[in-house]
Amino acid sequence: MNAELRADIEAHMALYPDSRSAALPALEAAQRVHGWCSPEAIEEVAEVMGVTPAYLAAVATFYDMLETEPVGKHSIYVCTNISCSLRGADALHAAVRDAAGDDPEFNVRSFECLGACDIAPMASVDGVFVGPLTLEDVPQLLDDIRAGRPVLPDKQLSTRLVADPNANSREFPAHPIEVGSTTDASGGGVSAPAQAPPAESVGGEGT
Amino acid sequence: MTEALLFKDIDEPGLATLDVYAKRGGYESLRKAFATTPEDVLAQLEASGLRGRGGAGFAMGKKVSFLPKGTIDKYLVCNADESEPGTFKDRELMQKSPHMLIEGLIIASYAAGASRSFIYIRGEYVHQADVLDAALAEAKAAGYIGENILGSGHSLSLVVHRGAGAYICGEETGLLDSLEGKRGNPRLKPPFPANQGLYQGPTLINNVETLATVPAIIRMGGENYAKLGTETSKGTKLVSVSGHVQRPGNYEIELGTPSREIIYGLAGGPPEGREVKCWFPGGSSSPVLKQEDLDLPYDFDAMAKAGSMLGSGAIIVVDDSTPILDVALKVAKFYRHESCGKCTPCREGTNWTVKMLERIDAGTATPMDIEIMASVQEHIIGNCLCVLGDAMAMPIGSLIAKFRDEFEEHIEQARARNGLGAVYA
Repeated sequence: MNAELRADIEAHMALYPDSRSAALPALEAAQRVHGWCSPEAIEEVAEVMGVTPAYLAAVATFYDMLETEPVGKHSIYVCTNISCSLRGADALHAAVRDAAGDDPEFNVRSFECLGACDIAPMASVDGVFVGPLTLEDVPQLLDDIRAGRPVLPDKQLSTRLVADPNANSREFPAHPIEVGSTTDASGGGVSAPAQAPPAESVGGEGT
Repeated sequence: MTEALLFKDIDEPGLATLDVYAKRGGYESLRKAFATTPEDVLAQLEASGLRGRGGAGFAMGKKVSFLPKGTIDKYLVCNADESEPGTFKDRELMQKSPHMLIEGLIIASYAAGASRSFIYIRGEYVHQADVLDAALAEAKAAGYIGENILGSGHSLSLVVHRGAGAYICGEETGLLDSLEGKRGNPRLKPPFPANQGLYQGPTLINNVETLATVPAIIRMGGENYAKLGTETSKGTKLVSVSGHVQRPGNYEIELGTPSREIIYGLAGGPPEGREVKCWFPGGSSSPVLKQEDLDLPYDFDAMAKAGSMLGSGAIIVVDDSTPILDVALKVAKFYRHESCGKCTPCREGTNWTVKMLERIDAGTATPMDIEIMASVQEHIIGNCLCVLGDAMAMPIGSLIAKFRDEFEEHIEQARARNGLGAVYA
């Protein structure tokens, strides 16, 4: 096996009173080398750590970021949890998925809350948080990844000021959640704020 | 609000480096703490009234005091698995001011007598973990982490441990199993982590914001810190505001600030022409509140009294353009995905709730579905090893209770689209 990977795993094992604690960092390291937690990757980690492959396979299947099937090299996690969905994340995810098509370079996933609701809707591109994203950003996002450039530099979270009250302000549509394939229901009248149920009837309901 | 404590210098360029942090008074609190005994530090923490900022709101000083005394190996684990939907405050602290967390962690370890510490950070926070690793290297080089820190006799190791994507690892015992290299299944309690935690040893687990507040408490003195906030909710709190507001972001507020001031004043409220339909005061696990609750003071007790909770301090605002069924489905699907599957009420309850909500949406539901769905929520609460199931049952239960008319209307309209007859007279 790859000597660097072995050294990497051993270095992680040395950090803990019980070397088994290195399971997650070791699997992540193997995934970086192999592209996913393949049977070979798991065998290698098991050999270095002195645990069974079955044990590691059970661990790997528990965690969303450990891939148990072959995937594209570049991961694009589009957050589609509540706060991002309220700002159009479902449409964004669909647009990214469609634009990426069957390009084997990309691993497009809808992801649970990534902890960046201040830049909703957002995505994590190989670990880099970008947002707020519009549908118009999608082609450049993919182009940047393909070209190996920093992704959407002016939309990267790391450059944002906390105290700027307008850092994250922007327009967003009314009624953007698309909950499922069946939802003709929520398609009953998109985007016009005025079609919403009258506020007073909502606020006036008994509790 | 008086003066920001956590966000005071938050946008200062280079604050993440030791150099700038030290110029801004960084690690002075650590020196001050080391000039006193661990008991004195604990007394300051107890006097501050600081309650845990991760969600449960348990008194931090008390939690430290639960650890057994003596020379056995004790652990301090910082919970940086911030995964509660709507929450992004710890991310900000770790990214912008990692040394504040490390300083707080060293002081807390001194008070607790812990000699090994870990920061368990969610795997998705790649940049933040890199920032922490860089800060940790600086802290080690400067002698803040290691043997006999600043000649105090106190020693501490620290490892930044990256998770790999699992909401349940924010639950403290799930986190411990994950940190031990296992699947992140929660443990049966008792024993509590203070007695048997990481590697079966006594373990103190604190949230990022809780630990990051410790240097300020030591600097000001516990009693002065306790002057901020309300009688039972002391100090300042970072609030993550998201969803239908014009200025989503993190804000540091004094606990007890009116909720309206946060949602409308700081975050700008919903866009023109739209109104608050409901809001989650403490992440998606908290029961929703409505417009009439906007004038409540934002603190632990006022939220609890209103039937909800302050939780992690994540306010998610939903405006009146959004069908309530969409909100319920989003929330329920998340918990179904994240249930570890160990306890039946949670594993099955989250799944059935999603199915019943989908029936409503698909136009095949009858009034019985709402009744069953409501009763499923009641059967989850309190019946599992951890509160993940409750975390779905509480908001879903509150949505059904507070928006029943809208659910019924949704059933009727969806049925009509399917050519099925009316079920509500």
